[in-house]
Amino acid sequence: MPAVEVEQLVVRYGDVVAVDELSLTARAGEVTTILGPNGAGKTSTIETLEGYRRPTQGSVRVLGLDPIADHHALTARMGVMLQRGGIYPGIRVGEAARLFCALYDHRRAADELLELVGLSDKSGRTWKQLSGGEQQRLSLALALAGCPDVAFLDEPTAGLDVSGRQVVRRVVRALADEGTAVVLTTHELDEAERLSDRVLIVDHGRLVAEGTTAELMAKGAGHEIRFGAPAGIDITTLGARLGGAVVEASAGEYVAAVAATPENVAALTAWLAENQLPLADLRAGRQRLEDVFLRLTTEGTESSLPTSRRRR
Amino acid sequence: MNKLLAQTRVEVTLTARRGESLLLTLGIPVLLLVFFSLVDVLPTGTAKGIDFLAPGILALAVMSTAMVGLGIATGFERSYGVLKRLGATPLGRPRLVAAKVASVLAIELGQFAVLIPVAFALGWHAGSGWPASLGAVLLGTAAFAGVGLLMAGRLRGEVNLAAANGLYLVLLLVGGMVIPLTKLPSGLRSVARALPSGALSDALHGALTKGLSVPARAWVVLVVWAVIAPAAAAATFRWE
Repeated sequence: MPAVEVEQLVVRYGDVVAVDELSLTARAGEVTTILGPNGAGKTSTIETLEGYRRPTQGSVRVLGLDPIADHHALTARMGVMLQRGGIYPGIRVGEAARLFCALYDHRRAADELLELVGLSDKSGRTWKQLSGGEQQRLSLALALAGCPDVAFLDEPTAGLDVSGRQVVRRVVRALADEGTAVVLTTHELDEAERLSDRVLIVDHGRLVAEGTTAELMAKGAGHEIRFGAPAGIDITTLGARLGGAVVEASAGEYVAAVAATPENVAALTAWLAENQLPLADLRAGRQRLEDVFLRLTTEGTESSLPTSRRRR
Repeated sequence: MNKLLAQTRVEVTLTARRGESLLLTLGIPVLLLVFFSLVDVLPTGTAKGIDFLAPGILALAVMSTAMVGLGIATGFERSYGVLKRLGATPLGRPRLVAAKVASVLAIELGQFAVLIPVAFALGWHAGSGWPASLGAVLLGTAAFAGVGLLMAGRLRGEVNLAAANGLYLVLLLVGGMVIPLTKLPSGLRSVARALPSGALSDALHGALTKGLSVPARAWVVLVVWAVIAPAAAAATFRWE
């Protein structure tokens, strides 16, 4: 049985539809990421799973429990990291860790918790004395206090510096390896790519794609070569040479509709060399998650044009 | 029990750590008690100012902690998402409320441990109605906590802060704590007696002044507020 099962979830605030018939599952021992632009319904979804919001329609099960009706039973097995705040401004780091550990019967030691996120030496600082990144790390640590079976982390890497991100990645991975079902949200593609076993891309409250990061990146891969060169090169001649259409997607950015084989790449670079043109950028074969994301969501397109909303 | 204890300890620790809450719960009551018992400017009527002031300042201490201290802290916890976050732990709302009740009572105990000896040192000749005082303090605590939480559960952090402080000042003036209710104009006096502040100071003056007893009206008013205010707070409270 999946740890989290959402079927046809609808969350509506008055006339605004935040989540629109979204279905998803998340399994124990895996990191499931809900990826989407701001306002895509990520927080509404995760807060419904946490029991903060009542679904307008649809069904939600977490560890087989109803997040609202069985809330108390769920709290003992659930770890939560809110998008912001949630901690007494005047509490010391050590006090916060001890408090949260004391609230669970099955719990980690407070010292271990701080060790895990690298805050052992900040134990005497109050929350408001911490940097933004340290606050995020404490907030993550507190989500682990009860050795949760399921952890909901809302934007755990938002606003973190490089070392903070590494801490979060390491902790999230370790948590999943212990068998916890980790569900997190992010609008950062890089993080989704690095952190997740499975990614769900949502936009306007709807699921637009899902799969492992490898599956998502493999979609449509290998059928084109993207490269950067000076604007206005002779795409007709180049297209004839490669045996496929070449278009200038934007000034100096080209897409050749040919298979991303070593032969085609060699032909392309040879032609550029013959014409003494510099090669600014080259991408063949596997796409990055960013390409998938941009193709599937409205980000980066003129959302005022409804017809171009979902480029496919 | 463990969870309740841990939460109560945090509530008390954080209250004691906030300078402004120490000023409110101890600084101002002690200052008023000492100043007005040494400087005889208040129209207290009775021969000795301290005999009127001491019960009134005890009522003020209850109002400071149960209404203002609790209300402001809870309001900010709500706007910082603390209550929301705790809602996702096994603490549960009943235990959170119990921890807040316990911490308010613990702080009041601390206030009395300072204020009562100071009042005696200033020459207070207390009456003997301590059991009645205890009852009045408990009812007053419930009533004021209800009023504080009623505001904290609906108003934004800063608005709640201003409202609680404003209400504190008004009730300090018309609550019979430093200025006897009998000195107020009759219309205002009737209103003041129907408020928890007036009722609590009436009750403590009755219980702790030699030769007086608690007027029945004060008990009725206290019981009504002690039931209605917390119920209204519970019914309207928004957790986030």
